[in-house]
Amino acid sequence: MKRTRLYHALLLIIAISLVIAGCGNNGGNSPAAPVSTNGETTAAAGGGEDSDEIKVGILHSLSGTMAISEVSVHDAELMAIEEINAAGGVLGKQLVPVIEDGASDWPTFAEKARKLISEDQVATVFGGWTSSSRKAMLPVFEELNGLLWYPVQYEGLEASPNIFYTGATTNQQIVPAVSWLLENRGKKFYLLGSDYVFPRTANQIIKEQLKAEGGEMVGEEYTPLGHTDYSTIIAKIQAAQPEVIFNTLNGDSNVAFFKQLKDAGITAQDITTLSVSVAEEEIRGIGVDVLEGHLAAWNYYQTTDTEANKTFVANYKAAYGDERVTADPIEAGYIAVYLWAAAVEKAGTTDVDAVKEAAKGLEFDGPGGKVTIDGDNQHIYKTVRIGEVQADGQFKELWATSEPVKPDPYLTGYEWAASLNSGN
Amino acid sequence: MQLRTLTPQRIYILIGYAVASAALFSAPLFMSDFRLNLLAKFLAFAIVALGLDLIWGYTGILSLGHGVFFGLGAYAMAMYLKLEASGDRLPDFMGWSGLTQLPWFWKPFESFAFAAAMGIALPAVLALVLGYFTFRNRIRGVYFTILTQALVIITVTLFIGQQAFTGGTNGLTGFSSVLGVPLSSPDTKRMLYWITVIALLGAFVLCRYLVKSRFGKVLRAIRDGENRARFIGYNPAVYQMLVFSISAGLAGLAGMLFVLHVGIISPFMMAIVPSIEMVLWVAIGGRGTLIGAALGAILLNYAKSEFSTSYPDAWLFFLGALFVIVVVFLPKGAVGLFGRLKFPKRKGQKHEQVSHSAV
Repeated sequence: MKRTRLYHALLLIIAISLVIAGCGNNGGNSPAAPVSTNGETTAAAGGGEDSDEIKVGILHSLSGTMAISEVSVHDAELMAIEEINAAGGVLGKQLVPVIEDGASDWPTFAEKARKLISEDQVATVFGGWTSSSRKAMLPVFEELNGLLWYPVQYEGLEASPNIFYTGATTNQQIVPAVSWLLENRGKKFYLLGSDYVFPRTANQIIKEQLKAEGGEMVGEEYTPLGHTDYSTIIAKIQAAQPEVIFNTLNGDSNVAFFKQLKDAGITAQDITTLSVSVAEEEIRGIGVDVLEGHLAAWNYYQTTDTEANKTFVANYKAAYGDERVTADPIEAGYIAVYLWAAAVEKAGTTDVDAVKEAAKGLEFDGPGGKVTIDGDNQHIYKTVRIGEVQADGQFKELWATSEPVKPDPYLTGYEWAASLNSGN
Repeated sequence: MQLRTLTPQRIYILIGYAVASAALFSAPLFMSDFRLNLLAKFLAFAIVALGLDLIWGYTGILSLGHGVFFGLGAYAMAMYLKLEASGDRLPDFMGWSGLTQLPWFWKPFESFAFAAAMGIALPAVLALVLGYFTFRNRIRGVYFTILTQALVIITVTLFIGQQAFTGGTNGLTGFSSVLGVPLSSPDTKRMLYWITVIALLGAFVLCRYLVKSRFGKVLRAIRDGENRARFIGYNPAVYQMLVFSISAGLAGLAGMLFVLHVGIISPFMMAIVPSIEMVLWVAIGGRGTLIGAALGAILLNYAKSEFSTSYPDAWLFFLGALFVIVVVFLPKGAVGLFGRLKFPKRKGQKHEQVSHSAV
């Protein structure tokens, strides 16, 4: 009897924690009044060439560990859809977002992608954040000839004919950042990252680049996602005496790492830390006091000085609240919707092959500057920017490329990267 | 037991099974490819639920680590599929993780038969080994449950850390064909669906045979009074090890089918939350009844899929509320409610009732 109670209590605790998890992720208030319909009704509603609306899928994690990042991108995409609708829609038709929750779970991303394409018959899907979610969706989009717009910087070495990548590939973020650091901050690098595919692959690339460009790696560490005790690693860093820490930690770990780094008395003056996964949104979470003076490499900051960005930031804050900030993936999600809409207008149809053809060489003046779709690999030309965290939680741009950089996901333009492609 | 009379209730049940099997086999006729794919996945989950029910409902061993066994089966099949998709080249993730040639333990997975055998044998043997060190030392109840959680954490950390060999957090995906036929063709999908139905029915029959046999009686005896069973002369450890191993093997089988339908396996599918979810399917469907466990897995996953589509912002509330309601008001699960409404209690069921309260 006693044990029965124990099990029931255990189950009850689990059930309640699931409810609480549900409460925690109720953040996606959306201005575009999305319809989220189940399969039966939408199949009847259609969405083909004859109807006066076009359905587009939005597939981000609205629950689970990734929700904190992905909800903002989902919000930006809905904002772009609303703006496009207000301006008359695409091909004279209104866009209707069909929203699904990827739930921070890769097989769920695959399942929902399949549902959006085959059940809802959406014209395109905007979605994903983690590389894992993209890798899970990729076979589905290729099998059903769907179209995915993926908005986050990633580790490269991929170019699916059914995906458009509006975030940076490595030669638009990591590679130029390493070169800049070698010139301006020092030769001795310490590589620190979360233990998953992006940091490991990124560091693989950085190691090759350091060898080729005269840098030196004095240490390499990986910690599990969500790891919070960095005292040992900071001790190792102090012993190795790097001039630069290249940080590919993701999520909560950054809070612990930067705080403990500061507690250990290491400031941005002593060792430069450059992060590739810390943007405005994350600064709010980590705390500006421990981040001030450290660097990041992105293609867009809220402070990026373009006309389009002033309107974008104002509209985003008007729609979702003054305390919200914009960041690189948010901008990439926003321009993805515009790029797709422009390609559809040019093609005169939502047909995937026609849209892909029309998208080649398409230009758009986004908040982060002019972008151009590279027809060869469906990535986009982007301006690389190195920024320094300021006391107000915003970035000051220290350096930027003079013009948008051509995407090179397989790093074919770099001799030292030849060995990375052996598997492909 | 030997002389079964066909009471009206038995006839209803037999008709029910026949109708359900016929419906499952004919589902491809009236379901879209997408729905069929979902159903196939749910049926694979039902196989795990059957195995879990065998150890939890019938033997009183609560495993919160079945995600690992499920995952091992899934990885075994995924390794075969990945090698088939890569052809003569190295699987993509090995290339960008710095490997230049195929690790030795990947080589045998080029054979489908080997992979399929390993998909069941690996989890079964792992469970046997774990069972040997725990049950023999009379570690049971909550302590055993905690050990299974430890197994989950160890395995997930290992799979995430060894990116070059396991694909890391991404897991294994990007498959193209199985035994030379493309996975994307509707014919293949239908065939895989039917194989899953057969596997589920086979697992059901196996579990039913086990629980109805003398073996099953000993299991229940162990559940209701391990020491008494020992004093009568049975060695509970042997039975626990065996049934735990069978349960793990079934989870492995389900994992293989899951990969064939879903096309991806990641370490998170083995992690703590999915492992607990598996137990919830059984708890909510009805512990101690095979059909309840299977239905629980199918219906809960269906509900999860439907809720999340209809209410992408709030679906977790609904699912959570469902869990709370069932756990608080229906301790015997949904099937328990059904049984109470439908049939008046019979002698045999009364016995079941007694044994349940003793768990």
